[in-house]
Amino acid sequence: MTSNQPIIETQNLSIWYGEKKAVNSVSMKLFKNRVSAIIGPSGCGKSTVLRMLNRMNDFIEVLRHEGKILINGQDIYNKKLDPVDLRRKVGMVFQRPNPFPKSIYKNIIWGPKVNGLKYEPDFLVEDSLKKAALWDEVKDRLHSSALALSGGQQQRLCIARTIAMNPEVILMDEPCSALDPRATSKIEELITTLRDEYTIAIVTHNMQQASRISDVTHFFYEGELIETGLTESLFTKPTEKRTEDYITGRFG
Amino acid sequence: MTRQRKQKLFHGLCFFMTTLTVVILAVLLTHVVMEGIEWISFEFLDRFPSRKPHKAGIKSALFGTLWVISLTAFFAVPIGVATAVYLQEYAPKNRIMEWVRINIANLAGMPSIIYGLLGLAIFVRFFGFERSILSGSLTLALLIVPIIIIASEGALKSVPNSLREAAYAMGARKWQVVIFQVLPSALPGIMTGIILAISRSVGETAPLIITGALGYVAFTPESISDPYTVLPVQIYNWAARPQVEFHGLAAAGIVVLLTVLLSMNLLAVIIRNKSQKTRTS
Repeated sequence: MTSNQPIIETQNLSIWYGEKKAVNSVSMKLFKNRVSAIIGPSGCGKSTVLRMLNRMNDFIEVLRHEGKILINGQDIYNKKLDPVDLRRKVGMVFQRPNPFPKSIYKNIIWGPKVNGLKYEPDFLVEDSLKKAALWDEVKDRLHSSALALSGGQQQRLCIARTIAMNPEVILMDEPCSALDPRATSKIEELITTLRDEYTIAIVTHNMQQASRISDVTHFFYEGELIETGLTESLFTKPTEKRTEDYITGRFG
Repeated sequence: MTRQRKQKLFHGLCFFMTTLTVVILAVLLTHVVMEGIEWISFEFLDRFPSRKPHKAGIKSALFGTLWVISLTAFFAVPIGVATAVYLQEYAPKNRIMEWVRINIANLAGMPSIIYGLLGLAIFVRFFGFERSILSGSLTLALLIVPIIIIASEGALKSVPNSLREAAYAMGARKWQVVIFQVLPSALPGIMTGIILAISRSVGETAPLIITGALGYVAFTPESISDPYTVLPVQIYNWAARPQVEFHGLAAAGIVVLLTVLLSMNLLAVIIRNKSQKTRTS
């Protein structure tokens, strides 16, 4: 199942916030058209690692890293590589829904527009919203403010907005943590349909969620990648003691 | 004293102080309006000042004020907003920038007469702009730039970081994030700051007297190099005369000045409310 080439690979990735080491020598592979879940207790470095993958951590001045991150074999921290090009290929959905304070329609086309991509706006809006399972709910009010949508709808709009850029990879940083159970299950359903077209990495503190939607699970603990495995086997027969303790709820 | 009584006492004290402020304001306003009301008419707005109180009007001062605030805004707004954008979005977070910020805050608190002296030395004398609208406006621009910077910086700071992150994650470049997302979101706050800064400059008297606003101007300005007067200077001029009639004129002038100021503040409030509505609905 995971025999093909990884689309993203970190090699001995260590990350410091100032003097404090947050991530220690993580080597992790994410495979094409798979949903990879990254789980672990709060402060284990899982979000930090995720945000390295599209260089969102560039804006944190005190953060520095060692080790390599490769996307399709290319080092993304290579000085010649433009982080903006990277972010076009690797989209991100955040913990709290953060649509732009504009209309639904403009939220979708903003990315392609500022990137100077060629697109047919009406088609792009309909297509992206359909893929994000939001079209039926908003097709009659495309030009009203995105902020009027419910939290779950806003989060699906953020996913639609990311899809509109046609990325290879979508990173999701606890996308359901601010949502109620119904909105959460809609997003989970959506994620399982998106795996055919995209590679998805999702950070979550919700283990049931990881077991429901992911193909592969990476367990992080205190800045280290403890265990990686097919989700089914990791949750049923973990090889590491700490993984077992965590998934059985002994801590975290 | 029991806790309930302390509670009541504090409540009553705050209420009393609030009422006191409102009452003082009401008394002042009533006094001014009572004194000035008989002098206010359309002719008052349309006549130039005169030695004869019944023929005197405020036209030149009103036009002078409009010229001065337009030109002041023209200079101060781009400088103030651009500086705020630099400080908030681009400047490194280090001691030098902290020092710059503290000094801007100090400048905002400086007595306006000092700006007047600076304007006199630099714009009137050194650059040779003489006693013109240009000199006055540049001086007032210096005065309000720090205020605009501080207000705009506050507005930019209140734009949530999640918006910037969203824009970056869509592959936007920094200038696109700032111009297309951050500035539009901060605009209501920036506009409010600008309007309040300008309305402060409308009320300034000292720096303009020093840089050469005249007490008696019987024409409306035609260009930025013309001599001029403004509302507060005209009011000061009338109020300083011994004849009682001129005091009525001064009161009428104050009513005009207050009307200008209050409508600008009202505009600021309207802009703020309107933007709050569009952002939440």
